[in-house]
Amino acid sequence: MTEFLSTRLGLAPGLAALLVALIAAVILITFMLLSAIFFVWLERKVSARIQDRLGPTRVGGKFGWLQTLADGLKLLVKEDIIPTNADHMLFRLGPYIALAGSFLAFVALPFGNGVVAQNMDVAVFYMLAVMSSEVFGVILGGYGSGSKWALFGGMREAAQVVSYEVPRAISVLVPIIVAGTMNLSTIALQQTGAFWNWYVFHDPFTFGAFWTFFTCGTASCKRAPFDLAEAESELVAGFHTEYSGFRWLIFFMAEYGSMFAISGIAVLLFLGGWHLGFLPWELSDKIGIVGNVINVLVFIVKGWLLVFVMMWVRWTLPRLRIDQVMMTCLRYLLPISCVLLLGVSIWQLLSWQITVLVYANYVLAAVCVALVAWFTVKLTKAGGVTPTHMMPGAWPGAPASGAPLVPRT
Amino acid sequence: MSEVSLDHYLVLGAVLFVCGALCMAMKRNAIGVLMGVELVLNGANINFVAFARYNPVFRLEGQVFALFVIVMAAAEAAIALAIVLNFYNNHMTVDVDTAEELKG
Amino acid sequence: MSQATILFLIIAAFTGLSAIAVLVSQNIVRSAVWLLFTLAGTSGVFFLLGADFVAATQLLIYVGGILVLVVFGVMLTAQGPFITMKVGAAEWVIASVVGLLLLGVLVMSMPGPEAFGSSEAAPANARVSSSTQLGETFLGLPGAMPEANVSGLPKTATAVPRTRVAYLLPFEIVSVHLLVVLIGAAYLARAKRRKGGLP
Repeated sequence: MTEFLSTRLGLAPGLAALLVALIAAVILITFMLLSAIFFVWLERKVSARIQDRLGPTRVGGKFGWLQTLADGLKLLVKEDIIPTNADHMLFRLGPYIALAGSFLAFVALPFGNGVVAQNMDVAVFYMLAVMSSEVFGVILGGYGSGSKWALFGGMREAAQVVSYEVPRAISVLVPIIVAGTMNLSTIALQQTGAFWNWYVFHDPFTFGAFWTFFTCGTASCKRAPFDLAEAESELVAGFHTEYSGFRWLIFFMAEYGSMFAISGIAVLLFLGGWHLGFLPWELSDKIGIVGNVINVLVFIVKGWLLVFVMMWVRWTLPRLRIDQVMMTCLRYLLPISCVLLLGVSIWQLLSWQITVLVYANYVLAAVCVALVAWFTVKLTKAGGVTPTHMMPGAWPGAPASGAPLVPRT
Repeated sequence: MSEVSLDHYLVLGAVLFVCGALCMAMKRNAIGVLMGVELVLNGANINFVAFARYNPVFRLEGQVFALFVIVMAAAEAAIALAIVLNFYNNHMTVDVDTAEELKG
Repeated sequence: MSQATILFLIIAAFTGLSAIAVLVSQNIVRSAVWLLFTLAGTSGVFFLLGADFVAATQLLIYVGGILVLVVFGVMLTAQGPFITMKVGAAEWVIASVVGLLLLGVLVMSMPGPEAFGSSEAAPANARVSSSTQLGETFLGLPGAMPEANVSGLPKTATAVPRTRVAYLLPFEIVSVHLLVVLIGAAYLARAKRRKGGLP
């Protein structure tokens, strides 16, 4: 964000920089809170629709827009319980370390062309590093609760998050090798123009890296199907069993924040950042500040779309066991990401010799567009079932009434 | 003090080093000793990177060294913890004062 | 008091106090938490010194890797509720005296601003540390390497120009070293069957 503003007002440069930093921090945390509010509502609606019910419909109109506010109010007025066996200092500290790790990632995340709190040259690396210190909040929460369920949940969680950081970092390296820089603004600017410039279509290895990065990112956010920390049927609630009210809210803000940060990295690295995808210009150069606003909105919508995909996956797939989680990471995702890294390095070296490889992105983009079109056509033509008077799920010959089935004698 | 100079960073590095050395000497928990080692290495890293910034002769070599030190510290922490776990398996405690079998 | 000075004071105080708290704290888990703050503070110091890449590496490896390992070790070697191992008062006195003496020696031996020409950040290093320059230093490219003569020679010796050093070989050695050490540590820490002896 621009520092010129404060220096023009005649303040001392140190004070002006501090003011700009404060304003940027306030804007970022407001965005994080608003996103969290939206995500809570979205999660309940998505989960409801996937489970064939309606979700919140009462608070704030027909679609339950204000349901999150009601939830927040309920959590705020809950009693603040700290268990007797808990280590008081660590119990209190856990949620805030998680929130700090999640919020610090937003400092380097560009929302538009130049709309970034701190334009770092090692932005991606910094974001991954800071989000990896979130695991400490989990460990302290698990240990500080003084209950063995929380401790087990916390330790399993820490093992999972730390293991998935390795293939996540290797998957992030793949588009960095293509882009040649770790600066997220530069990488997004390199994808200006039509959607076939996006790095996800650049070569098959980057295409694979998008899926592995998204999977590893979902796992490191402790989201389903890797959500053993919140496995209600196994560990009560894992590491946040003993947390109620406001402290639980802080843990969840941290989780939704890091979900959006992971989606933001995926959007910037693979999906063209803040560009619309069908205009050949960089909008903020063309139409000034309106272009910046459009860029920010496009980026936020794309990020929210990827978070929606995370939620969609959560309510569709069953949960993995802890040994399946570790096996997925170590036996599948890690070798796959190493192969992708090797492949993209060789591709980049070969594309100097074999110039036809440069046009691979058009081929991949065309293939993906064809696939999406085919899926859409199949989905819209799918309703081929003739309505009957029987209940859903009934087979021909099933009793039409609710009478109990008589076993065949 | 109007300008932060090299000396301030060196003092900070020295403070971390001394805390780490005292940790290594005083802690009875074996893992506490390991924490002391990490503090010592961090103090040295601060010195390296401060020299890389303030000395016009060495350009970025201090940062290169700091990176190597970080990686080596990771390797050493892994081995130290493996040794501590073995010690715990044999003695059921991590108190270093009980490691006296080779004494005398 | 410029902004950089205030930032340095805050981060340095945070780091130093956390380091002292690691030393003083009796509970091993609390020591680990203070160590977390010390390492995060050191990362902040690296950011202040303009070393972005090293700071991010510090966070990723030290905080996200080594400290998690240390805390796992603490959890695995606990016997019941944490028995804090107390240190006697006499040891504290001796330790403080020795520590202060060591700190005094280190502070006295500092070179001072006139040893390197100026205490300002050298202009070549001031806006430095994009990862590109760090990469060039690793590869030993001519523009990135120091060009002064070898330091530390006695004054009567003839000046020896430095040879260009590329760090690719040490980098590879360190990678293989890390792999070997981790395999060894995993083997050392494997779960063994106890034949008789302790239950």
